[in-house]
Amino acid sequence: METLNYLNNGHGLASWLLTKDHKRIALLYLVSITAFFGLGGFFAMLIRLELLTPAGDLLTSETYNKVFTMHGVVMVFFFLIPSIPAVLGNFLVPIMIGAKDLAFPRINLLSWYIYVLGGLFTLTAALTGGVDTGWTFYTPYSTAAANSNVMTAALGIFITGFSSILTGLNFIVTIHRMRAPGMTWFRLPLFIWSHYATSLVMILGTPVIAITVLMVAAERALHLGIFDPALGGDPVLFQHLFWFYSHPAVYIMILPAMGVISELVQTFSRKNIFGYSFVAFSSLAIAVVGFLVWGHHLFVAGQSTYAGLLFSLLSFVVAIPSAIKVFNWSATMYKGSVSWQSPMLYAIGFIGLFTIGGLTGVMLATMGIDIHVHDTYFVVAHFHYIMVGGAIMGYMGGLHYWWPKMTGRLYNEPAAKTAAFLIFIGFNLTFFPQFVAGYLGMPRRYHAYPPEMQVWNVMSSAGASILAIGYALPLFYLLWSLYRGAAAGADPWGAKGLEWEIPSPPPTENFGTTPIITHGTHQYAPSKEVGIV
Amino acid sequence: MSDAHAEHYPGPLHSPPVKIGGEGPAHGHEDGHVHHPKLQHHFDDMAQQAEASTLGMWVFLVTEIMFFGGLFTAYLVYRAHSPEAFQEASAHLSIGWGGFNTAVLIFSSLTMALAVRAAQTSESAKTQVTWIAITMFLGLVFLGVKGIEYTEKFRDHIVPGPYFDASRWEHPAGVEMFYSLYFCMTGLHALHMIIGLGIMTWLAIKAWQRSFNADYYTPVEVAGLYWHFVDIVWIFLFPLLYLIGRHYHHG
Amino acid sequence: MSAAHVAPKSLYYTIFAALLVGTALTVGVAFIDLGAFNNVAMLTIACIKALLVILFFMHVRWGTRLTWLVVASGFFWLILMFSITMVDFSTRGWVQGTPK
Repeated sequence: METLNYLNNGHGLASWLLTKDHKRIALLYLVSITAFFGLGGFFAMLIRLELLTPAGDLLTSETYNKVFTMHGVVMVFFFLIPSIPAVLGNFLVPIMIGAKDLAFPRINLLSWYIYVLGGLFTLTAALTGGVDTGWTFYTPYSTAAANSNVMTAALGIFITGFSSILTGLNFIVTIHRMRAPGMTWFRLPLFIWSHYATSLVMILGTPVIAITVLMVAAERALHLGIFDPALGGDPVLFQHLFWFYSHPAVYIMILPAMGVISELVQTFSRKNIFGYSFVAFSSLAIAVVGFLVWGHHLFVAGQSTYAGLLFSLLSFVVAIPSAIKVFNWSATMYKGSVSWQSPMLYAIGFIGLFTIGGLTGVMLATMGIDIHVHDTYFVVAHFHYIMVGGAIMGYMGGLHYWWPKMTGRLYNEPAAKTAAFLIFIGFNLTFFPQFVAGYLGMPRRYHAYPPEMQVWNVMSSAGASILAIGYALPLFYLLWSLYRGAAAGADPWGAKGLEWEIPSPPPTENFGTTPIITHGTHQYAPSKEVGIV
Repeated sequence: MSDAHAEHYPGPLHSPPVKIGGEGPAHGHEDGHVHHPKLQHHFDDMAQQAEASTLGMWVFLVTEIMFFGGLFTAYLVYRAHSPEAFQEASAHLSIGWGGFNTAVLIFSSLTMALAVRAAQTSESAKTQVTWIAITMFLGLVFLGVKGIEYTEKFRDHIVPGPYFDASRWEHPAGVEMFYSLYFCMTGLHALHMIIGLGIMTWLAIKAWQRSFNADYYTPVEVAGLYWHFVDIVWIFLFPLLYLIGRHYHHG
Repeated sequence: MSAAHVAPKSLYYTIFAALLVGTALTVGVAFIDLGAFNNVAMLTIACIKALLVILFFMHVRWGTRLTWLVVASGFFWLILMFSITMVDFSTRGWVQGTPK
C-alpha cells in the first residue's frame, strides 16, 4: 500500500488514540468489541461446560449465577449494542452519504473512550467477585440483597450508555445535515436507513436505562429507596423502566444487521432491492413500534391483565415490518443472479435463522404460551436465534463484505466459507435443542436440571464447541489477510454504492471532491421504477 | 464496471473568504481558499456547522428529557398509589424557597437569552460576559437555596435512610418514598445546574477573549439551549413537588 | 449565521414577565380547591411556561421544522412512557381474581 490512505496517514499510538477519523475510530471499536466478545464467549463456555451434566458439579450455584450474569452483561452491552453501528456504521455512514466525516468527530472519539471506561468498570466488577443478579438486575435482589459489585457493574453500564447515545446523536445529525448534494432520503442506501432508525432508538431509549441503573445505585449507596417494598416501592416499576429500554435495545441490535443484509442481498443477487420504500419505512416502523411492546417481558410479573393484552397485541404488530423485510429480501433474490460468496452465506443464514427467532417471538407474545415457557430455555433459544443467528450473522456478513474496503486486502474465501458453515451448523446444534428443553420445562439460569434433559444439553454443548471454532477461524484468516492477502482494489465484489467508488483502503478525507448524486446509489438493473419501488 | 453515476463537482465547496475579528486572521490554505478559523474541515461552511451543532444539542436534550423522564415516571406511579402520603410530605416543603428559586431560574433564563442575543448582535465582550456572569450568579443563588433546603431536611431527619424519623408522619412509608424521589429529582437537577455553571465558566472565558460575534456564536446558543432546558425541568419540578394538595393545608 | 433571526429585547422581557405571572398563578391556584382540576390546571400552566421558554428563549419559533420535530418527538416519547406504564398500574385488579 504505497498510496496515502487512512491507515498509513499518521503513525504511532498517538495518531490512533487521538484520531478524529471515523474510519480509525471504527477500527478502535473493532479491537475492543472483539475483546469483549471473547470475554462473553468465555463465560458462555463455562455455562455450556456446567450444563453437560445434570448435577451442578462444575460451579457452585452462586458462581454459576455470576457466570451467566456476566455473559449477558458483556454480550448485550459491550458486544451486541455497539457492534455493527460502532464498527461498520462509524466506518461507512459518512462514506455512503458522500461526507468527509461524521458531524462530530471528537464526540465520536469520546464515545469510544466512554465505552472503554464503562467496560473497565464492568470488568472490575467481574474480577472483584462478579455480579449474580442476572443481566436484568431485577429489584429487590439487586438493591437489597446482592453483593456490592452491583454498583460497579451498574455504573459501568451507565457510563457505556453514553457511548451509545453519542453514537446515535452523531448518526442522526450526520444523516440529516451532511448528505452530499443530490443525496435525497430515497436515494440513501438501506444501510443508512437502518442506522438512522437504530439511532432513534439509541436516543430515546438509552437514557431510561441510564436513570434506572442510577436509581438502583442510589438505592444501594444512599438509601433512597425508590424500589424498596418497605416504602411501598414496586419491583414491577423497576421492570417497566428496565424493559422500556431493554426491549428497544434488541432493535438496536437487529436493525443494523438488517441494514447489512439489505446491502448483501442486493450485491450478491445483482439486483436492486425489491420494495425499497417498504424496507426503508419498515426500519422506522420497527424502531417506533418497538417502543410499545416492553410489557411482554412482564406477563407473569404481576402486571395487569389488560396491560398484558395490550402489549401482546402490539408485540404481534411489531413482527409485521420484520416480516416485510424477509419477504422483500427473498423477492430480491428471486430471479436474481445469486452468488454464494461468504458474505452471502451469512446473509441467507440470517434470513432463515431470524425467521425462526422471529416466529418463536410471536409465540412468546402469546400470553397463553408465555405463561408456560417464561423463564425456560425456550426464551433463551428464542433470543439467541435473533441475537446470534440474526445480529451476529449480520455483523459477520458485514465484516467480511467490507473487510476488503476497510483493509485493502482480500481474505481467504475457502476459509471464510468453512467458518460460515461451521457457525451455521454449530449455532443450530447449540440452540435448537434449547427450544425443546425449554418447552419440556427446563428453567433458565439453573446450573442443575433433571436427568431427562441431559440429551438436549449435551447436543447444545457440542454445538457450542463447533460454534466456538467457527468464530475463532475468522480471527486467523482475517488477520492473515492483513499480511498476505491480495490487494482488493476499489470494488472486489462488483457492488454498487459510494463506498465502492473510492479506493481500498479509503483516503482519510474519503472523497477528493464532494460527489454529486443524480440517482439512487444501487442500480443493478436498469431503472424501471414502477409501482411501489 | 461501475458507471460513474456520481459526477464529481469541480472544486471544493467552501463559502467565500470571511475576515473576522477574534481568534487570529482568516484561515488560509495552500490552494488559496479562505474560511473562518472556527470552520471544521468536514463541514462545507459555517452555516452547515452551526445547524449541525444546534441540531446535535437538541438531540442531546431529547435524551435528557427521557433521562429525567424515568424519575417522573416513578413519581407518577407512586403519587397515584399513595396520594395522601405525597400530600403530607409536600406540605413540609417551603413554597417560599421553591417559588423564589423558580423566579431565580426564570430570571437566569432571561439573562442567558440576552447573553446569546449579545453575541448574536456582536455586542462587546464586556456586555456578553456581564450577561453570562449574571446568569451564573443566579445559578449559584439557586444552588445556595437548595443547600439551605437540604440542610433543613438533614436537620429534621427527613432524609430517607437509616436516620429517617418515621414518628412524625401519618404515612411514614409514603413520605419517605416522596423524599427519596425529591432528593433524586432535585439532586439530579442540581447536578445539571453545576455542570451548567461549569459550561458557563468556559463560555465566559471564551467571551472575554472576544471569540463570539454575529459570524460565530454557536457555543453561546448551544450552551443557552442547555441552560433553558435545566430551567424547564424545574418549571415542572416546582409544582409537582411543592404544590401537592395545598388547598388542604393553608399556608 | 447572520441570517438567523434576532429577537428584540422587549420580546424577551415580555416572555420573562409572562413566566413570572404563570408562576404566581400556579401558586395561587394551588390554594384553591378545584378537586381533580387542580392537577390539570397546574400541569397546563407548567406546559405553557415550558412552551414559552422553548419557542422564544430557545428560538424554536424561528427554527427549522426539523428542530420542531425533534422537540415534539422528545415530549411525545415522554408521554408515551408515562401513559403506557400507567395502563398497567391503573388497571391492576380489573380482571376478577388478579391481584391489585
